[in-house]
Amino acid sequence: MRREIKFGGFGGQGIILMGNIVGKASAKYDGKNAVFTPSYGPEARGGAASSNIVIDEEEIDYPYVTKPDVLVVMSQEAYEKYAPSLKDDGILIIDEDLVHLKNGVGRVAKIPSTRIAEKLGKRIVANIVMLGFFAGVTKLISYKAIRKAVLESVPPKFKELNEEALEKGYKYGIKWREE
Amino acid sequence: MRIEFYNGNVASAEGAIHAGCKFFAGYPITPSTEIAEHMALRLPQVGGVFIQMEDELASMAAILGASWGGVKSMTATSGPGFSLMMENIGLGAMTETPCVIVNVQRGGPSTGMPTLVGQADVMQARWGSHGDYEIIALSPSSPQECFDMTIRAFNLAEEYRVPVIILMDESVAHMSEKVMIPDEKDIKLVERKKASVPPSEYLPYKADDFVPEMACAGEGYNVHVTGLTHDEKGYPQATSPEVQEKLVRRLCDKIRENEEKIRDIEEIEMEDAKIALVSFGISARSCKSAMKKARKDGYKVGIIRLKTIWPFPEKYFEEISEKVKKFIVVEINYGQIKLEVERMVGRKKVVLLPKMGGDIHKPEEIYGKIKEVHNGN
Repeated sequence: MRREIKFGGFGGQGIILMGNIVGKASAKYDGKNAVFTPSYGPEARGGAASSNIVIDEEEIDYPYVTKPDVLVVMSQEAYEKYAPSLKDDGILIIDEDLVHLKNGVGRVAKIPSTRIAEKLGKRIVANIVMLGFFAGVTKLISYKAIRKAVLESVPPKFKELNEEALEKGYKYGIKWREE
Repeated sequence: MRIEFYNGNVASAEGAIHAGCKFFAGYPITPSTEIAEHMALRLPQVGGVFIQMEDELASMAAILGASWGGVKSMTATSGPGFSLMMENIGLGAMTETPCVIVNVQRGGPSTGMPTLVGQADVMQARWGSHGDYEIIALSPSSPQECFDMTIRAFNLAEEYRVPVIILMDESVAHMSEKVMIPDEKDIKLVERKKASVPPSEYLPYKADDFVPEMACAGEGYNVHVTGLTHDEKGYPQATSPEVQEKLVRRLCDKIRENEEKIRDIEEIEMEDAKIALVSFGISARSCKSAMKKARKDGYKVGIIRLKTIWPFPEKYFEEISEKVKKFIVVEINYGQIKLEVERMVGRKKVVLLPKMGGDIHKPEEIYGKIKEVHNGN
């Protein structure tokens, strides 16, 4: 079944990398079809950035995300811009310190991903914490697949840190599911 | 065989490496930049050379030179750079220099929309340089095809001694998908015909079957490369209408006469189709989505996807117009392939569904047009 996922935030948070990792995990390691398309402004940092992923067991024709089943946002701007496009029964995933909800739309899963990353010693892995959380909450990709894709996409000397970040987020997501 | 998750640009660059490309000269431009980046990374690993040039005129000149030095060469650009390359693409056609040019189309004219999609360089690819010549242009719809077609582009360039253009578009260039990279032994490569006679008997532009044998610099043969009208020896004959007649006819006919061999069309559900969607590149994917829905709803619609755009498959359209009632041309420009289809099947049978660029067709728009055409509006 066609599933559409959107990650939104600002440039520099690793939003594009998140999309690439999810696409890679599904296509290379979960054996599904996946299309990833990035979208960003001309700025290197600070501008709006989003990643779009379509996952399907069938062939994917139209490659873009129009109504996401899952929306993951790491900035207020991205939340306000993309939340209206979320499917009625979709899941909204937010960094609770960066996004303040304006109205109670559907299902919401919150995590302090940036705070958790800071505790791990590097704020920059907040996106990987979030990826773990996303995998735990949605189960759209297997943990095994996303772990492989993360380790393949980060510099060797930061593998351990990223693995820890991913696991922390994933466990947080599993906990959310159980509640 | 291995599986990668590549965007179209990286897949194309990787295809070039697998085709044996050893030289890339370019001036990075969005949305083609990842090709230059990836070639800069990969070429030194395979004993090749990457040069970032001062502009696109020089880039195009450099890849012609490299080809005459005996290696497979490539450049990549987008609209504004493609315009600057036109003069030397003509030189490549005149001197019959095998090379590959990737043009990742963005919204135009001029600098237009650097980060967004367009498909409006179709006619420029064919007619952009002055004079009569023929070119080959291919259009991929996925990263996998970017890989496969780049290899095919090199093969065609070598076989016909002609610049081959890959008319990619921003959407395909920037989308990432699964790409299967075959083992080297499973990739079929074509190499240019080398001189088969001793240097004393060699005529560099003598062609028995349209394509002359190519001796490159440093191989012990006299090498003549000129943009002026030249005879079989390669000597300028710029005042001889007879030499011009023979040369230009051959430059065009070597492609025209081989159109069926070069042709690559994907037909989808065309067996009983009364309406045909004609499309290429990213637009063909929206068509497919619309076609599937229309078929479910009982419309007899199929797709003609042009994987090879130039030379245009004239005979193919002549034949298929016998059984297809209407052709809907879906393209991200204001009617370029439409002109070609009209030329072959007549204006009355052709409906255009254009887009000016910056976005691709939504399947619903195409579905709407299918319904409209079906109902005779």
